[in-house]
Amino acid sequence: MSMEPHLSWYLALSALLFTIGVVGVIIKRNVIAMFMCIELMLNAVNLTFVAFASFFQDVTGQLFVFIVMTVAAAEAAVGLGIIIAIFRNRESLDVDDASILKL
Amino acid sequence: MENNLLSLIIFAPLAGAAINWFIGRRVRDERFIGFIACGSVAVSAIVAFYLAFNSNGALRTEQPVLDHIWTWLQVGTFRADFALGMDRLSGTYALFVTFVGFLIHVFAVGYMHGEEGFYRFFAFLNLFMFSMLTLVLGDNFVLMFVGWEGVGLCSYLLIGYYFDRKEAADAAKKAFITNRIGDWGFVMGIMLTFMLTGSVSFFANPASGATHSAFEFFATQAADPFTWKAIFAGGATSIAVLLFIGAAGKSAQIPLYVWLPDAMAGPTPVSALIHAATMVTAGIYMIVRCSAIFVHAPTAMFIVAIIGAATALFAATIGLAQNDIKKVLAYSTISQLGYMFLACGVGAFVAAIFHVITHAFFKALLFLGSGSVINGMHHEQDMRRMGNLKKYMPITFATMLTGWLAISGIPIFAGFFSKDEILWKTWSAPGFSIPVGFNKILWGIGAITAFLTAVYMTRMMVMTFWGSERFREQHHDQHDGHHAHGSVEPHESPWIMTVPLIVLAVLSTIGGFIGVPYALSSFASSKDQNVIEHTLDPVIASVPGSHAATTFEAKLSAPLEQGETNAAAVVHETHSAEEINSERLLALISVLIALAGIGVGFVIFMTRPLLQLPRILENKYYVDEIYDAALIHPIEAASREGLWKIFDVGVLDGILHSIGEAVTEAGRLGRYLQAGLVRGYAAIILFGALLLIGAFAFFSFQALAR
Repeated sequence: MSMEPHLSWYLALSALLFTIGVVGVIIKRNVIAMFMCIELMLNAVNLTFVAFASFFQDVTGQLFVFIVMTVAAAEAAVGLGIIIAIFRNRESLDVDDASILKL
Repeated sequence: MENNLLSLIIFAPLAGAAINWFIGRRVRDERFIGFIACGSVAVSAIVAFYLAFNSNGALRTEQPVLDHIWTWLQVGTFRADFALGMDRLSGTYALFVTFVGFLIHVFAVGYMHGEEGFYRFFAFLNLFMFSMLTLVLGDNFVLMFVGWEGVGLCSYLLIGYYFDRKEAADAAKKAFITNRIGDWGFVMGIMLTFMLTGSVSFFANPASGATHSAFEFFATQAADPFTWKAIFAGGATSIAVLLFIGAAGKSAQIPLYVWLPDAMAGPTPVSALIHAATMVTAGIYMIVRCSAIFVHAPTAMFIVAIIGAATALFAATIGLAQNDIKKVLAYSTISQLGYMFLACGVGAFVAAIFHVITHAFFKALLFLGSGSVINGMHHEQDMRRMGNLKKYMPITFATMLTGWLAISGIPIFAGFFSKDEILWKTWSAPGFSIPVGFNKILWGIGAITAFLTAVYMTRMMVMTFWGSERFREQHHDQHDGHHAHGSVEPHESPWIMTVPLIVLAVLSTIGGFIGVPYALSSFASSKDQNVIEHTLDPVIASVPGSHAATTFEAKLSAPLEQGETNAAAVVHETHSAEEINSERLLALISVLIALAGIGVGFVIFMTRPLLQLPRILENKYYVDEIYDAALIHPIEAASREGLWKIFDVGVLDGILHSIGEAVTEAGRLGRYLQAGLVRGYAAIILFGALLLIGAFAFFSFQALAR
């Protein structure tokens, strides 16, 4: 019997990563750090998809991962563009400085 | 009998109005506008005379001339056509309306010379003729109401002709609003008539689909009882009272007369045409047209008689003390209209119509004469600044002399016969609508009014045409100056104004001979020559107990086609010697009253033309002030305090403002969520997600546990 890890381990790891991401988004002030935490959450979800895909022997979950990665790439492009625009205007990457809902 | 020419009578003035409004305003040539205006009315008059007097004309047969133009309203059993009908009554009216209207149009061309709104004036005047003739010739209540409102509109437009003067604009509004009260009654009366009879037509015209007239129903009914309760019973009496409210508004009776004196703010030809000769007699026409209803409503007739007599006396006393020449004539008109209603109330419908006709002649004459005086005096209307004008305006003086004698009731002049007829019919009224003995009281009121009429008309003539010349004196008073007073040199008016005066003077002199009662004509010949009575009797219902009581009812209950044969059934009236003697005696008394009035007038006012009369009369019994205090101010106060401050500001604005404030408040609270802190939003999203996940988890476990 192979020592293949049980599904719950994957899910536990995924939940841990996701929680780290959530907490990071809330407590970090640096925009880049928040952004990375968001990526972390997305990847936590990806891990869950892959784990279930393997568990159910169903390729759909893996397909979803590709879609999520594509969206994450697009999101990274747009998000970094916004971050650069904010930095140019405010000389700061602290999100609490950008609190008046306008430039 | 159908005759399509009939519609030409109403549409010729309408075309004149349209031409003057659209073309006349660009041409601005007084001869063109005057020609169109007078010409269109002349066409109406010629057609009216032709249709009335040709071999089978409306006044020579008993068949009405009908003209069904188009089917206007048809809803269920309700049917109102745009159709005209000329019978002996509407024919008589159409004749004097078009003829007197034509003369007044001619006069107005001279009077309005040089006015800025010349085209506008004549367009409105022609529009008035269209409305008035629609009112008279309309063959059903609804079309009559269209004309009724049309004349009200034109009256409003023409009273307010000088709309840049506040008093004219106010008077126009007053006339319009006062008439609304009356119109309410008229509309309710029409509705009730339709409910009761299922028809609003005056004439049955099977060819056009109107199978029965509204009046046929009443011919089969017994008269209502003579009690106050009948007013609210919803029968003939209720209809008659409602219709009378309409008539009282249009014909300026107590309590709705207050608009007519103020209406004198309009140009004088308007006063002559609308507010003396034609429109204000529309109420009489309506009542006589509905005589078939009124003779079933003794209570309503009693009210009509009382109001008429009271108005006659009341207005005559006010007329005694007015100093504005047009105001005297205005109150005189109200007083004379009261006479006509008195006649209607005692069942003497023919006498009422007779007085309408003679009154149209002599009151149009007097008004046009006063217009000539005003014109000659350079727009001075105050008689205190006139005097001895007979030297300067001989034609105006001579013609007004006949009008004065006519209205005072001097024999051979037109007013004598009609007024005497009314007084005699009041004296000899059958007990149907007048309690026994009450007819003598009404006669007394009428006689006193006749005396007062002679006095105030004499006063007017004396102040205007006789006595000292007062117009050269300088007057330093607060009269708002449209025109400087001072050296005023009166002059006679041009021929275009004097010729209509002369024609009307001739009619005022001889016009009464169409209605000489048998009691007086029998001095000369034994033949009954009361033309107007014989003409109108077949189309007018009469009260039980009078001479012609049976003929009309018989005719109504018979199908229309047999009307000709029924005409033969009209029995010649019998005149008992006793009646003739008392009628002659009363006529003599009337003459003495008139002469006494004139004598008193001369004695008092020749020496003291500026005599100060009781203030209460000069101030019209303060009726306007009482109406202001009792009605207008409370309504204004209720509108301001109640409708505006409580309902509009409080309720309506309150609701809307509360909604607005609630939204603002919700936004203010919601603003705390939007601090702009990105990490705050993230926390809120997390919180929401946890809630959702928790809910899903909770309900899933519950589902599993079951």
